[in-house]
Amino acid sequence: MVMENGKILEVKDLAVSYKVYEGILKVLRNVSFYVLKGEKIGIIGESGCGKTTSMKSIMRILPTNALLEGGEIYYKGKNILKISKKEMTYLRRHSISMIFQDPSTALNPVFKIGPQIYDIVKYSSDRRLTKSEIHELAISYLKQAALPEPERILDSYPFQLSGGMKQRVNIAMSLASANDLLIADEPGTSLDVTIEDQIMRLLKSIVEEKHLSIILISHALGTVRGFVDRIYVMYAGTIVEYGPTKSIFSNPLHPYTRLLIESVPKLMGKKIPEGIPGVVPSYLNPPLGCRFSTRCPFKMDICEREMPQVYEAEDGHFVACHLFRKEGS
Amino acid sequence: MSTFKFVGKSLAYSIISLIGLSVLVFVLARVLPGNPARAALGPNAPPEAVQALMQQLHLNEPLYIQYWYWISGIFTGNWGLSLYTHRNVLLDVEQFFPATLELIIMAGIIDLLLAIPLGLLAGKMENTYVDNIIRVLTYIGIAIPSFVVAIFLQLIFGYGLHLFPIIGELSPGVTPPPRITGLYVIDGLLTGEFNVVVDAIWHLILPSFSLALGPLAQEARILRSAVVENKNSDFTLSEISHGLPDSIITTKYLLKPSLIPMITIYALDISSIIANAFLIEFIFNWPGISRYGLNAMLSKDLNGIIAVVMIAGVLFVIANTLVDVIIGYLDPRSREEVSD
Amino acid sequence: MDEKVSRKNLIKRIRNKYGRYWYRFKRNKLSIVGLGVLIALILMAILASLITPYPSNAGLYINLSQENLPPSLAHPFGTDMLGRDILTRIIFGLRYSFLLVGVVLSVTVIPGVVLGLIAGYYPKRWFSILIMRVADIFVAVPPLLLALSIASVLTPNITNAMFAVSLAWWPWYTRLVYTSTTSIRNEDFVRAAEVIGASPSHIMFSEIMPNLLGTILTKVSLDAGWVILIGAALSFVGLGAQEPTPDLGTMISEGAAYLPQVWWISIFPAIFIVIIILAFNLLGDGIKDMFSSSIR
Repeated sequence: MVMENGKILEVKDLAVSYKVYEGILKVLRNVSFYVLKGEKIGIIGESGCGKTTSMKSIMRILPTNALLEGGEIYYKGKNILKISKKEMTYLRRHSISMIFQDPSTALNPVFKIGPQIYDIVKYSSDRRLTKSEIHELAISYLKQAALPEPERILDSYPFQLSGGMKQRVNIAMSLASANDLLIADEPGTSLDVTIEDQIMRLLKSIVEEKHLSIILISHALGTVRGFVDRIYVMYAGTIVEYGPTKSIFSNPLHPYTRLLIESVPKLMGKKIPEGIPGVVPSYLNPPLGCRFSTRCPFKMDICEREMPQVYEAEDGHFVACHLFRKEGS
Repeated sequence: MSTFKFVGKSLAYSIISLIGLSVLVFVLARVLPGNPARAALGPNAPPEAVQALMQQLHLNEPLYIQYWYWISGIFTGNWGLSLYTHRNVLLDVEQFFPATLELIIMAGIIDLLLAIPLGLLAGKMENTYVDNIIRVLTYIGIAIPSFVVAIFLQLIFGYGLHLFPIIGELSPGVTPPPRITGLYVIDGLLTGEFNVVVDAIWHLILPSFSLALGPLAQEARILRSAVVENKNSDFTLSEISHGLPDSIITTKYLLKPSLIPMITIYALDISSIIANAFLIEFIFNWPGISRYGLNAMLSKDLNGIIAVVMIAGVLFVIANTLVDVIIGYLDPRSREEVSD
Repeated sequence: MDEKVSRKNLIKRIRNKYGRYWYRFKRNKLSIVGLGVLIALILMAILASLITPYPSNAGLYINLSQENLPPSLAHPFGTDMLGRDILTRIIFGLRYSFLLVGVVLSVTVIPGVVLGLIAGYYPKRWFSILIMRVADIFVAVPPLLLALSIASVLTPNITNAMFAVSLAWWPWYTRLVYTSTTSIRNEDFVRAAEVIGASPSHIMFSEIMPNLLGTILTKVSLDAGWVILIGAALSFVGLGAQEPTPDLGTMISEGAAYLPQVWWISIFPAIFIVIIILAFNLLGDGIKDMFSSSIR
């Protein structure tokens, strides 16, 4: 198995657009990130900034109107975008899995949990399992996902379960098919805060126990802070900054990251933060240069013309901003 | 349990509606201008004969008494005299109904057998040339009245290509199987007369396809849009990303939820099959209750008309009940809502 | 170029609120085709006596020396068993088809909708229950069959055919409007109108009704096709328009006796029926798009 520097997944210069009636939505541009084996990374950004599109590109489940306009996605050294359908199915069965944002839409509404999880268990096994083996495995996954009364869950329809339980079922399902990498797309966003916290703890313990790599998507920095090793900050389809969790919080570099951190209300704060003025630019005609230039308080002339390169500001901490352009480059 | 309750409730409503329907048709038939006895005997009949017939049919009594005679007759086996065949309407129904039932069932089966693969295929292959071909076919299928389909099919496959018979239920020279159910295909199977079964199916193809085309086109369109919607839903993406095989996803996880809206209108489509059978049996000279009913209508045979309308109403209720049961099986949420 | 067009659209949408509807409607090319075909056919029907080659053939006319002629330059669709030009009779026949649609829909939609509104707004009152029960009775048999049976007890002619189809048709609007009204009447804007003391008729017709317009119009245009179909079926079996009225359904049925040799008597009117119904269906889809909020 070829793995460059222990990177289990590496996305390079991904560019994805959507064809819609009005024209071409140029969503992802120059998106690059990587995940080490056993590493936990977070991808942060406002909704609609292309987080889910990036993840769907990895799983190869983009909608039919999506256009893959460039980039490579290496998984264990192989370009996922180039491998056959069969190989991709193999990866989905045995190696990678994705948990969706809204648990109430991610389970098939007209089947009981039982048959849904049985099929996943059945196809993600290397050998033919007997019915009772499948059942035992399903029960054990549900138990690992901290679901009480697994037998009852198997006999329930999704609409008979609470949101938190449904998300646990989704997690149990990915336990069957994710042995290396788990992608969790805002797994707690649609749930109550306390439930979200429980789901996050559960994910963390599972990931650490099984030595999985995880990509955790969130729109809030706070959610991922205690969870992930490194953070990527995304804005309007581009990665603007990434680095170790600690240095992102202690020393945010990109103006967007700074504003994002400042806009979180603090318990002891004197005033309610103002948020970031302006709106995300239209993907139909995005700015030629830095996509944040329309809202950036430190905007320079060059920002409107050129997409910034990525600069290493401190050890392992990178930023894509013209403010950090090194002399002579 | 709750499916049972749900079906029971809608069945009860249907029976009330059917009783209402019998009153409606009865009143319409009696109140609207025209003397049925006169109409039955023709303009040249002597007035005494007309009076005698009116007496015999209780036409001189008040309306509610007439209705009482009629409705109590329904339950005692006296369905009134047919002015067209001159015997108890019940006997006519017994003789002619099985042929119609066979035709309707065949049409209902052809309908589903074609609508499901077409709709599924079009939805899976959204916006490809396959989808576009199916779209054009379904548009045309919806727009062609079934009696026009019947004429076209007779012209092309009957007169032109000589592939299918143009009229009747069996070829001349083929003796009907011993009567058990009256449905030739079933009776043929039960008695082991397979040549009759083949001949009967061969005769069924054109008329039942004429009946099925419109409904199946509409259902295929509805199924297609449901498939397209569910294909892009999170649960399908989730199933793909767990590595389930495409065949399982399509025929199991995608098909079942997508069938719900289609099956919901299937009841209405059965109703249009029942209604169009009146024209199709006429065109194919099919010896069924609908052709009988049409002749009753053309000769103003009120007892015959009412019987046929009521039978259609009962068939429609059965179709609705069947659809309720299927929906209950397909959609667990529908079972839940009723128990509240 | 493309940008100019879209800007023009944008300005239009802002200037005129109906512009938005038109914009949505015309995005589906097929809807435009449907609308165009219908306008053309209606114009043909209106101008029938001017544009047809043999206007006298529309009525009682017999010329046996010309009987059953195949399609030719003089008679593009051939002649029938009485020597009448089929093209002429088809164009005149369009009049009856559109007349049927116009009459049936105008006498069924308004009462059907009003009854549905009343029953939906007062869902628990006795008159509402009565309305809905009666409607249920009418929908207990297929509309085509109900129309056939009603027509059969009347004298067969066009007026009675219209009456029969109308009687079979109204409850479908009542049921449609009833269902929507019962759900809309609990919305906040209806409650608010009640709180400020608006009269029930104001709420029904000015608050609830506009929300149903899209659904109703879509159904009207799709139903137009069905009405033509049912009208043709009535004439086909002899319970509708009678000879020598040039009605498409009657023409098909008369020609059926001469199949397969003299196929043109039946087939050309049949093709026209299909075209009209298809056009109404395409128009209906366009109207559905127009009111659909999921399409931007």
